[in-house]
Amino acid sequence: MVQVDFAGIVQAIIIIVVVLALTRPVGGYVVAVYFKERSRFDTLFGPFERALFRILGVNPTENMSVKRYILNLLLLNGLMAVVVLVILLNQASLPLNPNGAPNMAIDQAFNTATSFITNTNWQSYAGETQLSYLSQMVCITFLMFTSAATGLAAGAAFIRGFASRDKRPGFRQISGMGNFYFDFVRSLTRVLIPLALIVSLILVAQGVPQTLNGPLTYKTAEGASDTLYRGPVASLESIKHLGTNGGGYYAQNSAFPYENPTPVTNVVEIVAMLVLPISLIYAFGVLVGNTREAWVLIGALIVIFVVMLSIGLAAETSNQALSNLAVNQSAGNMQGKEVRFGVSGSMIFTVTTTSTGTGSVNSMLDSYTALGGLVPLSLLMLNSPFAGEGSGLLSILIYVILAVFIAGLMVGRAPQYLGRKIESKEVKLTLLAFLVHPILILGGTAAGVVFAAGAMGNPGFHGFTEMLYAYATAAANNGSAFAGLHADTPFLNYTLGITMLLGRYVTFPLMLLVSNSFMQKKITPYDVGTFRTDKWLFGLILIGVIVILGALTFFPVLVLGPLGEALL
Amino acid sequence: MVDQKWYSRTLLTDALRASIRKFDPRLLIANPVMFVVEVGFVYTFILAVSAAISGSGKATFIGQISAILLITVFFATFSEAIAEGRGKAQAESLKKTKKEITARKVVGDEIVEVDGHSLVKGDVVRVTAGDMIPNDGEVIKGRGAVDESAITGESAPVIRESGGDFSSVTGGTTLLSDELTIRITANPGESFLDKMIALVEGASRQKTPNEIALTMVLAGLTWIFLLVIVTLNALASYEGVFVDATTLIALLVCLIPTTIGGLLSAIGIAGMDRVTQFNVIAKSGKAVEASGDINTLILDKTGTITIGNRLAEEFIPFGDKTGADVTKAAFLSSVRDETPEGRSIVRLASKLVPDLAEPEVRDVIDFSADTKMSGVDLADGSEIRKGAFDVMSAYMNYVPKGFKEIVDEISRKGATPLVVSVDREPIGVIHLKDTVKPGMRDRLHELKSMGIKTVMVTGDNRLTAATIATEAGVDDYVPESKPEDKIDIVSREQTDGKLVAMTGDGTNDAPALAQADVGLAMNSGTQAAKEAANMVDLDSDPSKLIPVVSIGKQLLMTRGAITTFSIVNDVAKYFAIIPAVFAVAIPQVNRLNIMALSSPSSAILSAVIFNALIIPALIPLAMRGVKYKPSDASTILLRNIAIYGVGGLIVPFIGIKAIDIIITSLHLV
Repeated sequence: MVQVDFAGIVQAIIIIVVVLALTRPVGGYVVAVYFKERSRFDTLFGPFERALFRILGVNPTENMSVKRYILNLLLLNGLMAVVVLVILLNQASLPLNPNGAPNMAIDQAFNTATSFITNTNWQSYAGETQLSYLSQMVCITFLMFTSAATGLAAGAAFIRGFASRDKRPGFRQISGMGNFYFDFVRSLTRVLIPLALIVSLILVAQGVPQTLNGPLTYKTAEGASDTLYRGPVASLESIKHLGTNGGGYYAQNSAFPYENPTPVTNVVEIVAMLVLPISLIYAFGVLVGNTREAWVLIGALIVIFVVMLSIGLAAETSNQALSNLAVNQSAGNMQGKEVRFGVSGSMIFTVTTTSTGTGSVNSMLDSYTALGGLVPLSLLMLNSPFAGEGSGLLSILIYVILAVFIAGLMVGRAPQYLGRKIESKEVKLTLLAFLVHPILILGGTAAGVVFAAGAMGNPGFHGFTEMLYAYATAAANNGSAFAGLHADTPFLNYTLGITMLLGRYVTFPLMLLVSNSFMQKKITPYDVGTFRTDKWLFGLILIGVIVILGALTFFPVLVLGPLGEALL
Repeated sequence: MVDQKWYSRTLLTDALRASIRKFDPRLLIANPVMFVVEVGFVYTFILAVSAAISGSGKATFIGQISAILLITVFFATFSEAIAEGRGKAQAESLKKTKKEITARKVVGDEIVEVDGHSLVKGDVVRVTAGDMIPNDGEVIKGRGAVDESAITGESAPVIRESGGDFSSVTGGTTLLSDELTIRITANPGESFLDKMIALVEGASRQKTPNEIALTMVLAGLTWIFLLVIVTLNALASYEGVFVDATTLIALLVCLIPTTIGGLLSAIGIAGMDRVTQFNVIAKSGKAVEASGDINTLILDKTGTITIGNRLAEEFIPFGDKTGADVTKAAFLSSVRDETPEGRSIVRLASKLVPDLAEPEVRDVIDFSADTKMSGVDLADGSEIRKGAFDVMSAYMNYVPKGFKEIVDEISRKGATPLVVSVDREPIGVIHLKDTVKPGMRDRLHELKSMGIKTVMVTGDNRLTAATIATEAGVDDYVPESKPEDKIDIVSREQTDGKLVAMTGDGTNDAPALAQADVGLAMNSGTQAAKEAANMVDLDSDPSKLIPVVSIGKQLLMTRGAITTFSIVNDVAKYFAIIPAVFAVAIPQVNRLNIMALSSPSSAILSAVIFNALIIPALIPLAMRGVKYKPSDASTILLRNIAIYGVGGLIVPFIGIKAIDIIITSLHLV
């Protein structure tokens, strides 16, 4: 029996309304950061940024070709990955190791480095005991900022290829992909750090600890002694969600009361995950000269979000298996969920974390019903439609280009997007980017169940789902874990690491090349015979393409996993 | 070459033969989807043979699947062969005109009889009534009626004469009257006819840009499903499930977009063919595709929007002159004027004043670009002239007051005023009426609803141009323009990012025809114009550009519709095959068998049979193109999504269920 979950509906509505209300101001701010000639924040951030550019020895106004942009992005990321790898391998003998964390094994170090450099935040280690303070700071927190900044930079560069070429007052002249270091530094100084500060303050006000003092020992009512681990939790929690990172301070991630103490922080964290990806889509709309282009994309994504959420809520509130027991099931399937969030607070968080690239969790997905677990898995298979900051725009545009190409022909014109013809070059690059995801998931899972069958925590369908989920979350650079999988084996560490690397560093360059190719094209003005992508009908077509292409690719594998389990 | 059915007996038998040849994997690899099906066929065939040898009970089932895959490939090659066959049939009829011709070559003062095929560029030949014109050329002397039906299918003869834009003749056509001296402009094998034969035969057919891109999308989808199939057994092994190779191949073939893969090249060929049926030869498929994309149409006023020949409507006397005076003057000025306008003046004058006598003419003053007037000098010494107001006002002794107003009034009506004078004294004005072609207004309105801007180009003055523009309903007009100005108009539109189509026939149209994205030259036009354009209209009707645009759109639409149909079909096929694939190992999956297909093997067979049959079922659609009514993009999109998107979702559920009922009742499984 399906119960109507009013609390869930109200919460979902509040979140959507808040996110939509924030889209314009935050999106407008993002536009100013990357694309305006000057802003009123220049006096605040300018001197610091200029000093930074001088130290780095780069000229932020120098325009890069797409190849140079990609190369610099890869180089900087590669450099950071190597530094992180070296630290993890030698952390025992490096300073700031009061907890005596041993050197990490090479496979786990590789996995950890790739996980945080790619903004995935998949964790095959336990942070409290296996990481030194130096590793926590440099390898985890630092990369949470830089990986998000890399994503935002790629998003900004990507937008430039599609931007309207009319000279608009106040806007920088766009004549190429822009400058990677300019985008990267500004992402940090003007977007991530200030926003993280704001979110941190809200979280602190709600009771999330933010202290540099050590653990607190206290006496329980029984007279026993216990320890409360605390630390700078709020600051990590904010960038974890804003940067769609997902790696938690505590092993229990956002289920732990100090990370996510109240329903209010739950909503704040959900909003923090959604706000930057959506704002970047809005910025895209501003730059292409028609915000309705962006609203149609945002609308389509919200429809997918709401439908997935509804399926999830329905699955978790009406558990067939439990309804026959003599237990009050009015609260729904509460196994693995926090009482303060309930089914709805948990499901909204889960749907958000998997439709963005975050991957933090406030409940244990392994304990969801089969259909409830299918929801986050499907979202990962659709490559986390909202995805991360910049990468969200890149992956939604893969679907947009394919949808325009197929449906656009039906109006009797050669397909064009934003006045630019989609020709074989763009089709080829987009398809390659599209193919990466299923190759990684299907190929990876197949290898996983054959060579690492012992890693699954459960037999049959459920165990299969654990493995499938691991590769899906790695390929989508999401990082949420289904749990149940013993992820720290050399095989999984290496293959999941490679999956994360390819999932990000193949897609990014391909989509930047697509954008660059669109930049070179002639723009045809719209007329009544033009296939419109700023109308609701296109939103529906886009949803159809996303769902059908996703369903067609992953239907068989879902039958072997959650679908097979749900049909039992 | 007029309208023909898309099939005929010989066409089908020829296509049958050609489709077998297309099984050659070296040819088929150009079509990645069908290539995969062929590989699947070979593989299942080997499996079936080995199963039969080992006496396995599965041999029948594997054999059935294998046979259906073979048929699937056949349907695809057959559809392409049929489309090509129609082109070949047209080429055959053209080839018949290439018979042995004896030409009479002019060498110095003599005439030598030579083989028509030995003529090269620059040779001069003489052709008399009843002869066939040996090769493409230009009339340098004479005037005569030519039967061009061999090329145009039009039985009415056309006049060809030296000088001007009607001087070009085509090899293979027949002179019906008089005698022409022709300078040959093409070497053997390079004539217009030779090129046309090559084009319609499809010999020089290349994939168009959009076709290449679409093939890439289809290849991409094929890769995805290959991946799904290749990994399936490894994935399923965890649950101890094993799917046999035949089932996997059947699943693969059902999922890859075979419908559009099988019909794609047929759609392209058929699109070009539809253009040919309109008596327009497109030099490439690219041109047809581009016409669907056109944003701006540049149309000549005269001949395209208006009937072309301006006809005398009335004679207006001026001052103390009478109607008879002006009628007589107009008559005299035109007795030796062989232009359609001149003849219409004579005709009207003779009707108004029946007994006008042929005068004794001393000298004929032909119209020239310099003087911009024409007329005659009579034996009695009087000078009769007619011409445009501005040149005449300079020529005449005086311009009376109020004269300009009459002239302007006629211009305002969209007509052309011609001033007549006798011995430099103004007599009156001839009102030449230019009428918009019947139905042109509706067609231009259609274009507007398709989002296509129309620009009318005319040499007329602004007043006349504005009136005709309003009457016809064009969006924009360029008055007082010379043919040379067209290239500027084309470039201006192109700088705005628009794709431009135009028509032209004169040599000075050639640069603009080449610059335009779609240039349609008139067959009656000069060789230069025909060379520069990417389409040639054999009937020399410039308004043909409008149906050509529709055909281009229909071509693209058909591609999109069948692609969409093909992709959404997969949903139903999954519901048929997935339960069948896992039915034994994972019994609960049978709950997905929502079509209640009778058994796993009947489900797989039904899906594969449906997948094969849908190709020939859609051949007529591929040949005809999807139904298309000019409208705005949203309306068209909604309609096509409803039919081919939603339809494509539902139809296979019904089809597969029906096939399942049939094959089960026939005990085929």
